[in-house]
Amino acid sequence: MKWEVADVVAIHEETPTARTLMLRIPGWAGALAGQHIDIRLTAPDGYQAARSYSLSSAASDELAAVSVELMPDGEVSPYLVRGISVGDQLEVIGPLGGWFVWRPEQQEPIRMIGGGSGVAPLVSILRTHIASGNTAPVSLLYSVRSPEFVYFRDELESLTASAGGEVTIQYTRHAPPAWQGTLGRLDAARITEWADAGTAASGAGAAAPSTYICGPTRFVELASDALVASGVDPMTIRTERFGGA
Amino acid sequence: MGIVTPGFFGKHREADPKLPPGQYETKDFPVLSAGPTPNIHAGEWQFSITNESGDVKRWTWDEFMALPIETVDTDIHCVTRWSKFGTSWRGVSLDTLFADVETDAGYTMAHSYGGYTTNVPLEDLLDGKAWVAFEFGGEPLDPEHGGPARLLVPHLYFWKSAKWITGLTMHETDELGFWEVNGYHAYGDPWKEQRYYYDS
Repeated sequence: MKWEVADVVAIHEETPTARTLMLRIPGWAGALAGQHIDIRLTAPDGYQAARSYSLSSAASDELAAVSVELMPDGEVSPYLVRGISVGDQLEVIGPLGGWFVWRPEQQEPIRMIGGGSGVAPLVSILRTHIASGNTAPVSLLYSVRSPEFVYFRDELESLTASAGGEVTIQYTRHAPPAWQGTLGRLDAARITEWADAGTAASGAGAAAPSTYICGPTRFVELASDALVASGVDPMTIRTERFGGA
Repeated sequence: MGIVTPGFFGKHREADPKLPPGQYETKDFPVLSAGPTPNIHAGEWQFSITNESGDVKRWTWDEFMALPIETVDTDIHCVTRWSKFGTSWRGVSLDTLFADVETDAGYTMAHSYGGYTTNVPLEDLLDGKAWVAFEFGGEPLDPEHGGPARLLVPHLYFWKSAKWITGLTMHETDELGFWEVNGYHAYGDPWKEQRYYYDS
């Protein structure tokens, strides 16, 4: 595997502070759902900076999709969110990561919890699940500040419906008008309640679900601790954390 | 060097000799873990070294705390590209722990609560290069950073510094641990940028 020069072929404004870049990568043979790529930028004097970004595209997609959240003091994300244009080129390497992945041969129910931009690899799992015709039950709990910060806003419900599953959005600060759900940060009780409802929906005798949790460190700690405290086997929970602790 | 990215100039203009290639400095302490954080109390924690013949040396928390404790000031480098300078730890040197261990094997596997493993050659653990650390920045080590105790092998990428460590086993050959089976490099030298399995 080596660094490849990728073309930015499309850009989608995901939220006021995030963009999805569609990349054409030479020799790209797809990825496992949940994997990431590294993106490297080079300044005119040769100075380089690289960061990792989760893929949101399906495993077999020809284009690689990554969503980049603007980090105010960041070095790479301001360029990717504000600077780059369709037709520009970037260096990428990947796909990378062998643990936070979902394979279509997995038959157990899929339980996913995402915080903010952490929903990206979970959407890759959803898309791969649909593309593969897998029939395992799937559910997604998505914690997000307010409606305008929902990633994949136009697709999320239809994607989860196509996968035969359900998405539950937890707004932490502002909810849409006429919102029937709860508002506020997720807590252990709410997470456990959601997980138990999913287990009940899968029916008696269903295999133990695999759980995928991705988001800021604090969020992932809270969600995974809540599930472990409610009796979920820690080895069935895969996590991806970002940000400082 | 690769293609120049038009309009990108970067933030860290001066090359820092303390920074391995492809890393950036952070003041935070990000968390890289594959799953939930195990909740291990010091009272139940124990540490053991098992040699290739199956002989076991074992320490409880109290026995461990009675060993000579060293202070370690070091830079650390995570495979996810952040480096943190001047971190301060307290722990027991692996030289102390291996003092009475009889072994001719050249490789170790670090075992953690939660079932995670990572492989490290024995020579990378001896001669003042590694510790089992239980304090960070003057405080007991947080569970999410590996508390009550983690391996500290700062000259390798930080996943080798196994969190929630409970033991080392000795092996004649270099077998891959959990992280290495899942894509990380078998050795992990940050100065050679040995991040992933395909890096030379």
